[in-house]
Amino acid sequence: MAAPKTRDAAAHGAYIAAPAPLRPRPAPLSGLLAPQRFMNGLGLLLFIAALALPFITASPYVISILTSAFIYVMIAMGLNVVVGYAGLLDLGYIAFVAVGAYTSGILSTQLGWSMLETIPAVVVACILAGIVIGGPTLRLRSDYLAIVTLGFGEIIRITATNLDVTGGASGIHGIPTWSFFGWSFADGLDLGGIHFSAKILFYYFVVIVALGLATVGAARLSRGKLGRAWKSIRDDEDASEAMGINGYTTKLSAYIIGAVWGGLAGTLLATHLSAISPPSFEFLYSALILMAVVLGGMGSTPGVIIGALFVSLAPEFLREFSEWRYLIFGVLLVVVMIFRPSGLWPANAVLPFLKRRKPPAEAVAGADAAVPSDAAARPHAAVDAVARPDAEGAPDPAGQDPESTPPDVSPAAPAAPEQEEVR
Amino acid sequence: MGFFTDDLFQLVWNGLFVGSFYALVALGYSMVYGIIKLLNFAHGDIYMLGAFIAFVLLGSTIGLIGEASLPVLLLVLLITMILTGGIGMFVERVAYRPLRGSPRLAVLITAVGVSFALEYGIRQIFGPSPEVFPFRLSGGSFDVLGGRVSVTQIVLMVIAALLMWVLQLYVMRSREGRAMRAIALDPQASLLMGVNVNRVISRTFFIGSALAGAAGVMAGAYYGSIDFLMGFTIGLKAFTAAVIGGIGNLYGAMLGGLVLGLLESFGTFVLGGEWRDVFTFACLILFLSIRPTGILGARVAERM
Repeated sequence: MAAPKTRDAAAHGAYIAAPAPLRPRPAPLSGLLAPQRFMNGLGLLLFIAALALPFITASPYVISILTSAFIYVMIAMGLNVVVGYAGLLDLGYIAFVAVGAYTSGILSTQLGWSMLETIPAVVVACILAGIVIGGPTLRLRSDYLAIVTLGFGEIIRITATNLDVTGGASGIHGIPTWSFFGWSFADGLDLGGIHFSAKILFYYFVVIVALGLATVGAARLSRGKLGRAWKSIRDDEDASEAMGINGYTTKLSAYIIGAVWGGLAGTLLATHLSAISPPSFEFLYSALILMAVVLGGMGSTPGVIIGALFVSLAPEFLREFSEWRYLIFGVLLVVVMIFRPSGLWPANAVLPFLKRRKPPAEAVAGADAAVPSDAAARPHAAVDAVARPDAEGAPDPAGQDPESTPPDVSPAAPAAPEQEEVR
Repeated sequence: MGFFTDDLFQLVWNGLFVGSFYALVALGYSMVYGIIKLLNFAHGDIYMLGAFIAFVLLGSTIGLIGEASLPVLLLVLLITMILTGGIGMFVERVAYRPLRGSPRLAVLITAVGVSFALEYGIRQIFGPSPEVFPFRLSGGSFDVLGGRVSVTQIVLMVIAALLMWVLQLYVMRSREGRAMRAIALDPQASLLMGVNVNRVISRTFFIGSALAGAAGVMAGAYYGSIDFLMGFTIGLKAFTAAVIGGIGNLYGAMLGGLVLGLLESFGTFVLGGEWRDVFTFACLILFLSIRPTGILGARVAERM
């Protein structure tokens, strides 16, 4: 508030001062136990644990399933951008993985490009695919989009089966591993007397790229300006358009970014399997990735990681269960949507032991003293709590729950004016 | 290529025949969408269930009476329709009704889950390999205007047309049909006017699923082989048919089914059979971007 103006206005007696806050706002939590810091620390710890894993057990089986699990995490993070952040149901997401895998597979086997050189081509191909499918359909309702993406997934798979350049039904074989400026993973590496085989080097590469860059990148993207635009479009498209967000380009950007994420994961997948064929990109896999995102919690980074790990690792741990898994996954989708629609680890979750926070005593007293009528105080308190800037800007890994952080003013505090929903 | 001159009638006939299947399945899609604005992904799998229920029923009846004939098939068709209709109602009650009023995304995901559960439930029971349908309609075929038409095709098309005619009578003439149309226009207002909305929605699911089940039996009897994933593609195509005709519109679904059948028939002729599905989905995308309300659909002013 500009000071001179206030004085001027006050002199004329016309200025109405803004009401003093009912209670002092709580300072944001700081220290290692603040939800944000805690989750970042936990994430870093798990990342280091993943890096250190080959020193604990380096059996090819473990390394191989973990590599594909982490690639799954990256695919799920890409779908999370589309479904979780922007609220666009994409049922053909595996098509983008296929575009990425086939682009890099064809370029590296037929033209002899190294995997690193195919990355720009993959990005361009995915952007094109995203525009081709998202461009005409994102103006429509979301359920149209769902079924069109389903059709798109089938188109890509059938095209890959019928074209010569993609190797037809038998696919592409002998996709080379990554090489950097003349040095390849295939050579292995000796460091300090420890021999790292090609598989372990690729595992490290996946951990760093898929877990580190992709996950942190997607999570940070969601907190920036674009990410907040996605979430507002997801929550209420009309309202956010009224606030000046271009719904169409925002959704298209989410779609394209998700496509690029999937395509890059596809190149990792192609290298990991060293052979790709159309059956790897059936609708089944789109549904499984969707399952990972929904089960973990749409829009929630830790949730999606857990969901993707569950979906990709559960069949490995429970051999006899793997026959039944698709049936169980289908039923789980229904049950989760009915009983826990925001997933196992919702986007605004806070770990229970991080929730405890003593209400500042004088604040409660002040609030009670300042406002005799409780009914008048509650709406303000609710608005206050929701509109705190730190709660709004940092939903993810830390995932602050706006409801839980403010101190409870009174046991009956959450009773905001009931809004009868007109059905 | 001797463009169309020799094969014109054959192509049209094939298209109409396949299109009548699409239309039967598309009707259920369209009715459900018209009333509660839900894309019932599991609808194609109800079609698959119909084929499998008839497979079991026919297997047991053929064991009893030795040989199946057309009347037996009709009886099986009727029982299958009742059973698949019941399954459709059950799915609605268990999976969709608890989510009425929640975001569309949640209901869509539930529908995907139901579809998955049905497909892989059948896979657990019958195994992943295709089953041979125990009964195939046989009969001669004859030439009409240079194209071959088999008696089977005529019988199946007559059944399909009959079912659609009955449905049309039911929706347009009966009291319950009027209630359906009222709900499609405005669920809240019809609730206030004393329509039992939940019951009508249940009934809609029953009818739609029964029609899909009938289409499944007929497809089994015609093609002779069924598998647990057969509903996936047909579900997509039926949706395409519904969109082409104008989703939510009864006549639109029928027209869309026939149009899609013809498009596919000619597209296959020009491009080759392996591109048939690509052609269909490309049509879907094209239609959605040019005229999302379909041929018979009215322009919708509101944005959802």
